[in-house]
Amino acid sequence: MADTLFSIAAVIMLVSIVITFIRIVIGPELGDRVVALDAMTIMALSGIAYLAHLLGRVIYLDVALVYGLISFLGVIAVARYMERGL
Amino acid sequence: MEVLALVGSLVSLLGALFLLLAAIGIIRMPDTYNRMQTGTKATTLGSLLFFVGIGLAHPSWWTKLLLLILFIFLTNPLSSHVLARALHFIGKSPLVPQYFGSFVRDDLADDESLEHKGEAT
Repeated sequence: MADTLFSIAAVIMLVSIVITFIRIVIGPELGDRVVALDAMTIMALSGIAYLAHLLGRVIYLDVALVYGLISFLGVIAVARYMERGL
Repeated sequence: MEVLALVGSLVSLLGALFLLLAAIGIIRMPDTYNRMQTGTKATTLGSLLFFVGIGLAHPSWWTKLLLLILFIFLTNPLSSHVLARALHFIGKSPLVPQYFGSFVRDDLADDESLEHKGEAT
């Protein structure tokens, strides 16, 4: 029962990642794409946590932490690029 | 133990629904600032609930999950704020309804001139 509910949650999360990816493709400007990429990364963090639950390995949570850190730095870098160039 | 896993899966399902709400908001909202606020707030709450659900299913993982929750809770509003600030400074105006126009004012206009003066010196 619990595993089924976890699987349903993961499928909903994957659907939301796909919907967000549509915004990355059709986004009219750079800002829209960066916002959608940020949201998509946070959703993917949940996906990595679900993978850790599915495989029973706690080490994948470290991967999620590093991925979140890199995504945060990427968003900061793109914002700085938009503001005053590289 | 079994009951705890069931409760955790329900909490994770709620978090996934919040992530779906965030995705629908990102695809449906009319403006970049609107997309930013729906994308940031809903994904913060959704991923937090998802991690809490996984922590309920695996009680020995609480330290790392707590670290992850704290990290997202601190950095997600920060990155959103930096993005909004950059969008404001490159001159992107928000979508304002017609009847609302006379109430809009720009509190950052003075700061902008100050910053450029600071860069020159």
